Amino acid sequence: MTIAIQLTPQDTVEQALELAAAAGAEGCVVLVAETSSANLRWANNTLTTNGAMRGTSVTVIATVGAGEGTAVGVVSRSSVTDTTLRDVVDAAVAAARDSEPAEDARPLVAGTVGPGWDDEADETSVNVYAKFAPALGEALSRAGREGRWLYGFADHEVVTLYVGSSAGMRLRHSLPRGFVSATGKSCDLSQSAWAGAATRDFSDIDPLALDAELTRRLGWATRTVSVDAGRHPTILPPAAVADLTTYLFWTLDGRDAADGKSPFSKPGGGSRIGEVLSPHPVSLRSDPQLPGLETFPFAVARSSGGASSVFDNGLTLTATDWIRGGKLENLMHSRFTADLTGAPAVTPAIDNYVLSVDGASGSVDDLVAGLDHGLLLTCLWYIRVVDPQTLLVTGLTRDGVYLVENGEVTAAVNNFRFNESPIDLLSRFTAAGATVPSFSREWGDDFSRTATPPLLVPDFNMSTQSQAS
Amino acid sequence: MPDLDESFLALPRHELAAAALQRAKDLGASFAEFRLERIRSESISLRDGVLENAGDDEDLGLAVRVIHDGTWGFAAAVALTVDSAVQVAEQAVNLAQVSRPINTEPIELADEPVYDDVTWISSYEVDPFNVPRAEKVALLADYSRRLLAADGVTHVTAHVTSVHECKFYANSEGTSYTQQRVRVGPSLQAVAVDAETGRFDTMRTCAPPAGRGWEYLTGTGWDWDTELASIPGWLAEKMAAPSVEPGRYDVVVDPTNLWLTIHESIGHATELDRALGYEANYAGTSFATLDQLGTLKYGSPIMHVTGDRTAEHGLSTVGYDDEGVAGQQWDLVKDGILVGYQVDRRMAKVNEDVLGTPRSNGCAYADSSGHIPIQRMANVSLQPAPDGPSTEELISRVKNGIYIVGDKSWSIDMQRYNFQFTGQRFFKITDGKLDGQLRDVAYQATTTEFWGSMEAVGGPQTYLLGGALNCGKAQPSQSGAVTHGCPSALFRDVNILNTTQEAGR
Repeated sequence: MTIAIQLTPQDTVEQALELAAAAGAEGCVVLVAETSSANLRWANNTLTTNGAMRGTSVTVIATVGAGEGTAVGVVSRSSVTDTTLRDVVDAAVAAARDSEPAEDARPLVAGTVGPGWDDEADETSVNVYAKFAPALGEALSRAGREGRWLYGFADHEVVTLYVGSSAGMRLRHSLPRGFVSATGKSCDLSQSAWAGAATRDFSDIDPLALDAELTRRLGWATRTVSVDAGRHPTILPPAAVADLTTYLFWTLDGRDAADGKSPFSKPGGGSRIGEVLSPHPVSLRSDPQLPGLETFPFAVARSSGGASSVFDNGLTLTATDWIRGGKLENLMHSRFTADLTGAPAVTPAIDNYVLSVDGASGSVDDLVAGLDHGLLLTCLWYIRVVDPQTLLVTGLTRDGVYLVENGEVTAAVNNFRFNESPIDLLSRFTAAGATVPSFSREWGDDFSRTATPPLLVPDFNMSTQSQAS
Repeated sequence: MPDLDESFLALPRHELAAAALQRAKDLGASFAEFRLERIRSESISLRDGVLENAGDDEDLGLAVRVIHDGTWGFAAAVALTVDSAVQVAEQAVNLAQVSRPINTEPIELADEPVYDDVTWISSYEVDPFNVPRAEKVALLADYSRRLLAADGVTHVTAHVTSVHECKFYANSEGTSYTQQRVRVGPSLQAVAVDAETGRFDTMRTCAPPAGRGWEYLTGTGWDWDTELASIPGWLAEKMAAPSVEPGRYDVVVDPTNLWLTIHESIGHATELDRALGYEANYAGTSFATLDQLGTLKYGSPIMHVTGDRTAEHGLSTVGYDDEGVAGQQWDLVKDGILVGYQVDRRMAKVNEDVLGTPRSNGCAYADSSGHIPIQRMANVSLQPAPDGPSTEELISRVKNGIYIVGDKSWSIDMQRYNFQFTGQRFFKITDGKLDGQLRDVAYQATTTEFWGSMEAVGGPQTYLLGGALNCGKAQPSQSGAVTHGCPSALFRDVNILNTTQEAGR
């Protein structure tokens, strides 16, 4: 019996490129991602599940000439060995031969050997929790003693990506990503609070401090008040702003706008680029080099669609303004969709964003201090598009809505269902704070590289009460 | 009847399992289970009849879960060697040991009969992975062109996901099985754009994802020709429809819409892990708490909801679950009263007295070898009335109401009380007859109030298996495919919103 050999990522790339050339591919891009992760999950003051996973993903993108165009075949596998790599490459080449010319075909991105190509993959393990886990244990027993319930999840992963192409590109980039999300409930389960944060290495996460914050918030619920649905002055903390802004971010597809089926479509054709979306100096910007929010500095696409094209793998990503000074500046585009729609620039998606308001300063607490009467939210949940024309979304408040009276939090109130458009809110807010790293409750598990300000919206639409507590 | 895939059977599944289970036992695990899983998936997308993307994925790996000193430990890897299997068993035990100091609940499992090297294959005819890619693309291109050719259709998107899942499971109690499941999820959507005003709207096929093979795309189990021929007309009517007057209406909900309401307000609410708080930090909890089992009035007395992992073509249907428990069917709501939950072996054991049965109903599932099995949703279905009415008869009982077809937007709170749904088509009902479409409609209600207002369910002739491929739960997040069967049903006095007014316009 032949023993299958696990290849190094670099060998996988080199051998796949050779095999693709031998099989008659005109071009080839190979992506190898080495991922390790470790997580802890707790509920009812005890650990529930936990795991340590290690995975590989190999994607082979092969191109062949097809008439006057180029056809592409894409095959991904969770692991390959020296004996199965040929099958994967052959499958990609065969898929390309079986296909019509690809609409988004472009020359593969030229490149050279980037820094650290020969380095092994970085990795994480359960040891990342060496300090966190004992402190979590202490927080769980403290909560038990003091009569509250803790629930939560901590996750850490490291992805090392290797991208090689027949056009000479060899790029390696390693990214850590982690987050903690923690819920606290009162002894009788009638009140709930939440706190969450993104982290790169857990050195900055203190479970006891998280528990203290949850305790402070549960303390606000000593008094409870019922508030009717309606339009209320509402402070959205950075987490809730990220909940809503992430949806807006995902709607910035340039081809959808050109096709007339996006809130950023212009009646009669074209996009709303250049239009003023907000009278406030609001900016929404992505940049792979943002300190603390660093992400892959080149395009990574295992499939084509929208602003993503497999032909664009390795394309250098640079800082991009989506909205600047309240004006829509750019929508997301691959090289193909930029050409197709006559967009001003090739601006692929970038896996982070910063929403900011020029000149805004202060924190949630400052917004609270300045509000006579209104609501303070914690986070939002189950957000879905109701009307794609206006980006009207619905969703619910979750784990803590508080009454603000005369500049102070004075009680906890019931939850609400809201119907709002994050685009409209950019015009309607009347006060903002400084932009800070934020963790979206709804999307943070998958999209955690965000920074957002707190906002005060004078007429946030709470459509109905929710009995959830 | 298809056979088990030979290339999966060629993997050294028994050898890997034996090595891993032995190592776990040697290290003192009181229980150990091994999974070898291979999931092939293919995603094909067309935009305006032109191929946009075709991806061919395969996820293959092994996992070991142990109970060691009363604590769970889990680990997974992708290398299919005996060394790797042994190492994963060691990592799982190690993780249990690291976790032991912060675990306060000694883990025990409900008993289950041993199934020795059994096999199970889901019900399908044509393996999608045996159909040439070009043939699949050509079919979707044909379907797309039928829509594009019609007046008023500006754009068309087409998508199909196909999945072929092979699993080998073995545990330290002696159970082992090999299981193969196939599912497909096709959809086409037509878009109309008014060139002058910029207003746009969409109309999507209602064909649900199904535990079937490629035959589903060519007419077995769904009438594509009729639906595709009807969509342009429905879309044009929707573009010209009047905006709804918000208020309270009687509604007849078609099974193409009702399945999702069942999923959100019953399916998730009767997951015992949610009711017990295990999802409190993520998916949420449930209003249907364990202390109300047998007494909670979930809905009107005609409401009968079952859980099952046995329905033919069901997306959650299995021979055996990810803890080696055989597929079953049971009641969740009977005569309008909460009478059951979906559980796994640990929850079944801990709550044996309250649940009144010592056995798990087989709802453990992990979406891949890399993830931990958790309690996941069975097929949760609303039963039709044996001699019940047709959809037309239900509509005939409404004087001033709305008939709701097809799912679209969905949202529900963290305890499964307050929900809001939209749909593909809303037909005004006037004096028992359909009276043209309405737009900007959403229905919003509280779960028990809504199901309490259910006056009638349709007969078996209205029954349809709806469902989704992408139900999310747990941290790390896992995706699940699940089916919900239901008849048409009539609800009285439901709150209808106008979404344009909700937007403040």
